[in-house]
Formats: sequence, structure tokens, C-alpha cells
Amino acid sequence: MWQNAPLFPTAASELARHVDYLFFFALFFSIFFSLLIAGLLLVFGSKYRRKGPDEVGVAIDDHAPISKTLEMTWSAIPFALLLVMFGWGTWLFFHQMRPPADAVEYWVTGKQWMWKMQHPDGTREINELHVPLGRSVKLTMISEDVIHDFFVPAFRIHVDVLPSRYTTYWFKADKLGTYHLFCGQYCGVEHARMVGRVVVMEPQAYEQWLAGVRPGRGPIRTGEELFVANACNTCHRPDSSARAPILNALFGKSVALADGKTVVADEQYLRESILNPASRVVSGYQPVMPTFRGTVSEEELLQLIAYIKSLKLPGAEAAPAAK
Amino acid sequence: MSDLSIATPPSAAEPDPPGWARNSYLNDGHTLKSWLLTLDHKRIAILYLLSISFYFALGGIFAALIRVELATAQGDFVSPDFYNRLFTAHGVVMIFFFLIPGIPGVLGNFLLPLMCGAKDVAFPKLNLLSWYLYNIGALFTLWALVHGGVDTGWTFYTPLSTGYVNTHVIAVGLGIFINGFSSILTGVNFMVTIHRLRAPGLGWFRLPLFVWGMYATSLIQVLATPVLAITVLLLAAERLFHIGVFDARLGGDPVLFQHFFWFYSHPAVYIMILPAMGVISELVAAFARKRIFGYKFVAFASVAIAVLGFLVWAHHMFVAGISVYAAAVFSILTMLVAVPSAVKVFNWTATLYKGSISWETPMIYALNFIGVFVIGGLTGTMLATLGLDAHIHDTYFLVAHFHYVMVGSAVMGYLGGIHYWWPKITGRLYNEFLSKIAAITVFIGFNVTFFPQFILGYMGMPRRYHTYPPEFQVLNVMSSAGATVLGLGYALPLFYLLWSLKFGKKAGKNPWGAVGLEWETTSPPPTGNFDHAVVVTHEAYDYRPAAPAKEAPVVA
Repeated sequence: MWQNAPLFPTAASELARHVDYLFFFALFFSIFFSLLIAGLLLVFGSKYRRKGPDEVGVAIDDHAPISKTLEMTWSAIPFALLLVMFGWGTWLFFHQMRPPADAVEYWVTGKQWMWKMQHPDGTREINELHVPLGRSVKLTMISEDVIHDFFVPAFRIHVDVLPSRYTTYWFKADKLGTYHLFCGQYCGVEHARMVGRVVVMEPQAYEQWLAGVRPGRGPIRTGEELFVANACNTCHRPDSSARAPILNALFGKSVALADGKTVVADEQYLRESILNPASRVVSGYQPVMPTFRGTVSEEELLQLIAYIKSLKLPGAEAAPAAK
Repeated sequence: MSDLSIATPPSAAEPDPPGWARNSYLNDGHTLKSWLLTLDHKRIAILYLLSISFYFALGGIFAALIRVELATAQGDFVSPDFYNRLFTAHGVVMIFFFLIPGIPGVLGNFLLPLMCGAKDVAFPKLNLLSWYLYNIGALFTLWALVHGGVDTGWTFYTPLSTGYVNTHVIAVGLGIFINGFSSILTGVNFMVTIHRLRAPGLGWFRLPLFVWGMYATSLIQVLATPVLAITVLLLAAERLFHIGVFDARLGGDPVLFQHFFWFYSHPAVYIMILPAMGVISELVAAFARKRIFGYKFVAFASVAIAVLGFLVWAHHMFVAGISVYAAAVFSILTMLVAVPSAVKVFNWTATLYKGSISWETPMIYALNFIGVFVIGGLTGTMLATLGLDAHIHDTYFLVAHFHYVMVGSAVMGYLGGIHYWWPKITGRLYNEFLSKIAAITVFIGFNVTFFPQFILGYMGMPRRYHTYPPEFQVLNVMSSAGATVLGLGYALPLFYLLWSLKFGKKAGKNPWGAVGLEWETTSPPPTGNFDHAVVVTHEAYDYRPAAPAKEAPVVA
């Protein structure tokens, strides 16, 4: 009902509407307490106006039972309400920050002062992201320089885009339209122009749109070429005699490290192992891999990781090469 | 030489009221040297008053330019680069050179020894040194501003500040570094003063609540400021020598900077607000002529805010890629800070019940403060709520929130305090009518400026944008219009307060009929504060019905 109200932003996902519900809850109590305090100030201020120059107020004994009761009341009630806000807000936040399992991965690279997007099929866009209605979209994001922040008010979520670590943004748009995309973290001279739009389309229209754009190659395919071009495949081979760990079916698994610790082979670990291979070496291997820092770009890293994620064990079904 | 001036007969037109001191600290030497080398806490307070007023005006000019740019959606008044320097300068000047030293430097310096019944602060020379350090720090920053400024935002986030901008990060950082020592020295001085120089009979629970507020503030200044100093040094080391601490390309972690920075800068918010809360307690007690309801709760609330304030820094970083569990912990800790804040508000309100309330100018500021602080505090709990912060983080909602706390509340407290103690500081009364007009103008101007920004923020307007989509313009125009009114409200006191110095009625010892040691000495006080030994025999805010026969003998 409030969706078309003036001065109120469109909500284009279920979670966005949840943010609004929580906001209205908080707003209700804020208005209540603001009016309560303002009202009491005005009522007391006029009712107990000084009558004569020598009049003084009637002090209330600190030890009177009413004092203790009042102090406890106005500590406990706000605290209880705050606990509700905390619980509700945290529950919501966990949903906002954790994409569902069926989310389709897109890639976002931020740099001063533009957004570079890549679709699962490899289609690239600058400062625009077209997505189909009703699809859970997960953005794996990284920055090439300073900290940026991906902010779409219609989805009610900000997530910082960091220059050293992948962060994830997700949404499931349920309303057609074109929405603002802002950089939400100050990033230098043209920060205010690091803006774009998210276009939510009917799934069919999205497919047509994809077909109409010059298709890029899928990131997995590109990643595979990079894998060969950088000679990664000379060591990382799917056989046990290799000098380097087998990468097939590695993603998401726990890996034992040479120093006795374990690490989950996620995007972050793969990225670190390409840029700074000696930092966390897999148990049983020598730190012989050279660094690829400066050789592969952030976007190429994303493609390499996409390829590694796609690798299955030999004998299992072949990697689903994208078009 | 002073013999002559004493011998000169006072101007015949104006007989001195009882309690007005011709022989005050203000007349204890008239040379520039007697001011610049003074060790008198009251004169140092005046020095601070002059310095911070200058920086407040400067920061205000930056704010005015920002509001002009934002009156239109296009970036048509200044270049983006210049705009970025503007809001950085506005933030740095207002926070480090006005808000943080403001109330402690001026009101704290003037009143703390008086309220403790002491002759001066514990270390008068350190006190003077801290004023000089403040000015040296501020000069570095001024130098940098004149030579092109800095465009990182007052938050100096890495790696932008260390590897990507080529403005005067180091000079401004050095200014803040030096200024930090001023803050630490003031904190140490006040803590020792409160511990060691209380008059006989003045137990901890007989102290005015302003002193409790200053104690809590000093605690933060002493413990948190060194972290800022270290952070600035690390920033400089990375920028100058490429030692990788924060820059990922050098093996550092950019988010680490945010942890360090907010470990100081969040408690710094309490450095700004706790003294103002202390002032409000004094004003409410004085103008309700009544002991503050729940004195101990209000006193301990200050300490609780100071302590909890150290444990909430990462609430600035909920969406900066920290773990969701860490975010949850910082969210609940932040909620906890809201409780002592709410306790204070309720206690002030309850104090008015059955009070003897007079709507003098300082009281109008106090009521303004409470109203504005309630909004600032409640919107703070919204920002602390994770699911909401995900949306309103770094939008104008946040900008509105911290201006409600730092401008609406802290500056309101400062102005209220200045108006309340002005007769004590200068021995003169100001124009009552004009000062009430100013207080109301500030209240209206403030709310018209900043309330629309809450709505803008929820609509999604990000902070630090000089150009924005057209649907945000209406509210921005409103905000700019409000800023004009607010500026007028801030400028007015400058005129009538200066006017009062020469033409104001002379104030007696205690023009408000308030209780407190500072009102028991002459106005303005003599150099040593009291002409008799101070012994305290009663609680703070011990208002009792006056014996009627004493003042106005009844004629039979």
C-alpha cells in the first residue's frame, strides 16, 4: 500500500519488504517515545512554571520506593524493546548476507569509478545489470583499487566491495523495473558518478536481451584458457604424480595445510593461493609455485576461480563447459 | 600600576551589584602576555573559547558551501574534487577542532576547578600546553586546507588515503596527531583534578553531574586517543614508506584500518556528547530548582556510556565484510549503550515533575537538547539494528542521525552552557529577548535542516554525493533552506554576547538563583576562584525554600 507513496523507495524484493516492516516497527516506537518525552517536557514545563522568584522545586527522595521502581521500569522497557529489534534485525541480516543454495552466480568488479558486471554466460555490462525476475542472483564482488560498496536501495542492502577479499551480495527481484545502483562507500573524486542501474526483466525478455547482446565467452571457458595460457595445467594435473594439488572437486572442501591447520577451499583461499602461493601451502607439497600477482587481473582471477569450481573428478561427468 | 586602576572611581551611572567583581580574573593583567602565558584555568578557557569559535565558524562556512551545492541535483556549484575537499574539511574541523575540545576546553576548564572548590586545575602548565598543542595541530590542518586540502573524508579510509589520493593526508594527519595530545593532556588534568582537588566535604556523590560527565569524558580521552595517534602514524608510514599495513597490494588489510579508526572515533562521539549531557543536567537542575531525579543513575550512566562506548566500534562496519556473528555481537553491545542514554533522558524529564521551572534561555536550550537527543538516540538504535543498517548504512539517514547527536545535541548543550555560565564568565547579562529568539531559531533551523535527511536516507541517497538523482531534490532544498535559518540562529549569539561585554547589565554572584559552588563566588570570579576556604556541607542541587524573612523583612 505504501509502495507508491511519495518519498518512499520502491521495494523490489521480499527481503526489501522485510526491511520496511522492521523499519515501521522501529519507527512506531521511536515516534511513541519522542512524543512521550516531548509531551512530558511541555506538560511539566507549563504545569510547574515558577510562581515566584524564591520558589524551589519539590525534591523526591532518591531512596523512595517510587524512585527505584521508575528507574527499573525505564531501564527494562527500552531494553526489552531493543532486544526485540536486535533479534529481528539479526535474523533479517543473516538472510540478507547469505544467498540461498539455488542462487545463480554473477560477477562484479568495482574500480574507480565504474562497475563491471559479468553474467553466467559471459555477457559483460558496464554500470548496468540486467537480471530476470524471480531468480536468486548472487554477486561475487571484488574491487580493483579502493573500497567501494554495492548499494541498490530497492533491495535495501549495502555490501562493501573490497580490494582483497570477495564479498557477496544477493537478491531475488520480484518487481519489474529499473532501479538505482549507487556506490555506497566514498571512493574518491568521482564517487558520486559511480552509479548505474539494475534492470529487472521478465525471464523471457531477459533471455532475448542476452541473445541480442554480443555474447561473451562464458567465464568457465575463459578461465580454462587462462589456466592453460598461464601454464597452471603443467603442475595442477588430475593425476597423483603431479607436483601440485589436484584441483578437481576441490572447491568447498577442507584442505590440510603444511602447518597443520586446515582451511576451506573457498574463493578467498583460491585467490590467495594464486596471488600469494607460499602463504598457505597444502600439506605434502613444496612451496614451489610462483606468484601470479600482477599477471592476472581481478576479472581473470574470477574466471580462473569459476573454472576451478567447475572441475569435477576424472571419471565423473565432464565439466559443463559454457557456450 | 594596578593601584591606579583601583583608585579610579567606578563609572557613576552604574553602581556595582553585590557579588559583581571589579577585581576579577579578567582584570588581573591586560597585556597580551598576561593572556598567552596565563596559567589561570579561567583565562585558558577564554583562549579556548576564542579558538574553537573560530573553527566553528570555519566549519560552518564549509557546511554552508556544501548546502549550496546540494540545493540542486546537478553538480553545478563546485567541482566534484572541490566538494570532496569541502566535506572532508567540514568533518575534520568540526570534529577535531570544535566538538572534541569544545565543551571540555571552554566550560570544563572554566568550571571544573570552581565546581570542585579548587583554585585551579591540578596541572596549570599542562593546561596551557594543551591549548598550544591544540592550536599547533589546528595550524597544520589550516596549512593543509590553504594548500589544497584533503579529499579522503574525515574517516581517511584505506587504501584510498594511503595509495590513491595525492592530497595533504600527512599534514592533516599530523595536525590530528598533535591535537590528540592536547586532548590527552586535558583528560589527564581533569581526572587528577577531580581525584585530588575536591574541597573538604565534597564527596564523589556530592559532585555536580557536569563533573561526572567530564570525568567519563576524560577517561575516554586518555584511553582512546593514543589509538588514533598510532593509527595516524601507521597511515603515514604506509603512505610515505610503503610499509604494508592497510593496503592489500602491500600485503595489508584495508578493513584493519577501520577497526583501528573506529576504536578511537566511536568513543570520540561520546567525548562530544557526554560533556553536553553533563551541561544539561546542570541546566535542568538549575531551572527546575530541584535535585536531579536519580542522581546516581545519571552519574553512573555517564560512566557506563564511556565504558560501553569502547566495545561498539565495529557497528560502523556491519557491511564491510566482517563476519555476521561479529556483527551480531557488536549490534547487541550497541543496543546496550542506548539503555544508559535512555535512563538519562527519563531522569531529566522526571526532574521537571514538581519542579519550579523557568523558561530562561539556557533552559530552552536544555529542552531543545532533550527533544533532539531523543530523536538522535532512537535513530541510533535503528542503525544498530543489523537488518536496517544493511539499508541505511552510509546514507543520509546516518548523516541525519549523527548530526542530531553531534550538532543537535552536543552544540545545543554547548550553547546552553555558554548562556548559563556567561554571567559567571564575563560578569554581564545578555539580552534575554534576543537570546530566546536565537534559541528557538536554532531549534527550528536545526530540525528543518536535518529531519528531511532521514527521509532522504531511507529513500537511498548515499552520503558524500555532490550530484544526485532528481527525485531527491525537494528534500535537499528544504535542508538547505533550514541550514540558512540555522546559520542565522548560530550567528545571533555572537552579536548579543559581544554586545553584553560592554553594555550588558552587570550580573551579581548568582543571577539564576542556582545552587553550586561556582555561584558562591563573585562574577567574574577572582584569580584564585574563592576568597574564602571552601567547605562543602550538603549534596549537589540542594535547593531549599528560602527563609522569607531574610531577604524581605516584613514591616509590621
